Amino acid sequence: MNESENMTREVAAPVRDNAEVEAALNRRYEAGFVTDIESTSLPPGLSEDTVRQLSAIKGEPEWMTEWRLAAYRHWLTMPEPDWAKLDIAPIDYQSVSYYSAPKDGPKSLDEVDPKLLETYEKLGVPLHERAKLAGVAVDAVFDSVSVGTTFRKELAEAGVIFCSMSEAIREHGDLVRQYLGSVVPVGDNYFAALNSAVFSDGSFVFIPKGTRCPMELSTYFRINAINTGQFERTLIVAEDDSYVSYLEGCTAPMRDENQLHAAVVELVALERAQIKYSTVQNWYPGDENGVGGIYNFVTKRGDCRGADSKISWTQVETGSAITWKYPSCVLRGDRSVGEFYSVALTHHRQQADTGTKMIHIGKGTKSKIVAKGISAGRSSNSYRGLVKIEKGADGARNYTQCDSLLIGKQCGAHTFPYMEVKNPGAIVEHEATTSKISDDQLFYCLSRGIGEEDAVSMIVDGFCKQVFRELPMEFAVEAKKLLEVSLEGAVG
Amino acid sequence: MHMLKIDNLHARVEGKEILKGLSLTVKPGEVHAIMGPNGAGKSTLGNVLAGRDGYEVTAGSVDFAGRDLLALEPEERAAVGVFLAFQYPVEIPGVNNTYFLRAALNAQRKFRGEEELDSMRFLKLVREKLKVMQISDELLHRAVNEGFSGGEKKRNEIFQMAVLEPKLAILDETDSGLDIDALKQVAEGVNALRSPDRSFVIVTHYQRLLDYIEPDFVHVLAGGRIVESGDKDLALKLEEQGYAWLAEKHPELRKADLTGVPA
Repeated sequence: MNESENMTREVAAPVRDNAEVEAALNRRYEAGFVTDIESTSLPPGLSEDTVRQLSAIKGEPEWMTEWRLAAYRHWLTMPEPDWAKLDIAPIDYQSVSYYSAPKDGPKSLDEVDPKLLETYEKLGVPLHERAKLAGVAVDAVFDSVSVGTTFRKELAEAGVIFCSMSEAIREHGDLVRQYLGSVVPVGDNYFAALNSAVFSDGSFVFIPKGTRCPMELSTYFRINAINTGQFERTLIVAEDDSYVSYLEGCTAPMRDENQLHAAVVELVALERAQIKYSTVQNWYPGDENGVGGIYNFVTKRGDCRGADSKISWTQVETGSAITWKYPSCVLRGDRSVGEFYSVALTHHRQQADTGTKMIHIGKGTKSKIVAKGISAGRSSNSYRGLVKIEKGADGARNYTQCDSLLIGKQCGAHTFPYMEVKNPGAIVEHEATTSKISDDQLFYCLSRGIGEEDAVSMIVDGFCKQVFRELPMEFAVEAKKLLEVSLEGAVG
Repeated sequence: MHMLKIDNLHARVEGKEILKGLSLTVKPGEVHAIMGPNGAGKSTLGNVLAGRDGYEVTAGSVDFAGRDLLALEPEERAAVGVFLAFQYPVEIPGVNNTYFLRAALNAQRKFRGEEELDSMRFLKLVREKLKVMQISDELLHRAVNEGFSGGEKKRNEIFQMAVLEPKLAILDETDSGLDIDALKQVAEGVNALRSPDRSFVIVTHYQRLLDYIEPDFVHVLAGGRIVESGDKDLALKLEEQGYAWLAEKHPELRKADLTGVPA
């Protein structure tokens, strides 16, 4: 509706040791390496044939192929969305390869190419038996396919299904068919339709009735191949009285070309089920001049289908040249709860338009939104959120807090909060602040002996505390480090 | 041997000359009070010494224990032992007070080539200092100065000073906005930190702080220079008579330089 904040900061920052800043910038993106591995790719281009070929490579049943084709046909009729506050160069969908996989197809972890294991090791996600992350099961997705999932046996004993989407379609077809597209319909939006047509892999999670998932589940997405898009699809179903905490991480090599990432994530929480979904997104953001980087167009939605269910999204978004992402909750079940905690950081020429939607349908539903935007360099950072209270949502409540922090001279922060309240008894609260890292704060830290870069990351960390608190411990540490690295060179 | 030697210091803020040839020598263990009318340059002095951006030194020198202080970055000045207690301590939301202080101490130690303190040893140090400062440890768990009362903020400054153990502490109107009880507490904290090798420069508007922290020297800063120096009796005289009497002695001072009246 209205643009409540639009600020540009003008402060003469002191010039610091250039060599030091230069060095910091150069080691800014540590995940930017390329793995030299033979892969099989579909040639660039998108047509019904591409969709059929993709489906055939994956050995999918016919219903799946038809589902994809329907999505593709629908996609052809849709215009690209242009309502976000993003400046996007035209995307040539015919120049993208829609499938790339390491040559030796997926197999058990013992047989996986050591180069792949090494890749994940370098990213801090060891997959092999001895070094596995304690208490976290990992599904590793490399370009278009899952290359391995850890702790399979332990999870199977608990009745939990955690596998790649490809495997789920083959092995758990009925479950997938029942839930896939039930939260984000095929034609939901342009990028969701594209994803539905060409998604190649992703994770599938099923938590049966009354089960508390015995460990954190996580998927690590890695884009490696050049000129390839990654289109993953994740589906998490939590049956009555179950609980799961799921984490995802993402990285990509540094390249001068933009690469496309269009994912769809669907969550289904039945009666009294709880799903906690955390993301640390660190796709390659492009260089300081805005060359290269990932275009991140993601549709994430959770359906609180059962009464007293709860879905909580926590995201730390530091990567990508462009982020277009609105993890949402449909609060259908009575007394269901939706939460959204977000830190979105943009630096250099990055652009982010991100936020959430909370759709209150059931009675006594509650939602909470805490969004923190940090802008540095010449970046643009927008919060866009919708709180919708339907007529029947008696006693619904929402609390929204949006804070923006500006660092440097030429960045922008914007807030677009939308509200549609059809039930007069609902309580909707909104608070928004925009602040700068003030010279006073910076000088206060300096005068105590804390250097400028450390001072900035300390102030930013404090600003994000409310969100970091929601992350699982290991992720909170990683997120904090990531912010520090992403902000190096932001001042001075 | 001096701790601090300021010689003929000239400094500008936003193009306007505020300090116009200020000289001051402070020896180890001495407490110097600097008083003066509004706009005399009292706060500028603290900011220049601590190295705040936007305070431009145009002439003069500052020697700190044999170093050219003005050549150092602000964080380096802290590390070599200069501490500025702020008139308006700054809030840093979400940053834990203890965490902040440990980061500060370890950054300083690192600069000096000393071993950094792990959290156990740091906590031990903090507990000792808390006792001396009579501060409740509830303060430690809050964010830096966030939601602190005026008195708490000033006490937190003194507490930071206690932990960081500077060689030279500059107190910039630390007494402003404090009621008498808070003032006493702050003064007790400062007195507990007095030692033969630590010096204090206390910038104040009011004589009453000096009832509790007894200075070795009192100086009058007017028109950007130290125009009068004496012992604590000078502070009492200022309290009674204001600054106007200085005009006769210092005909070079403009009337405006002396119109500020100490309360």
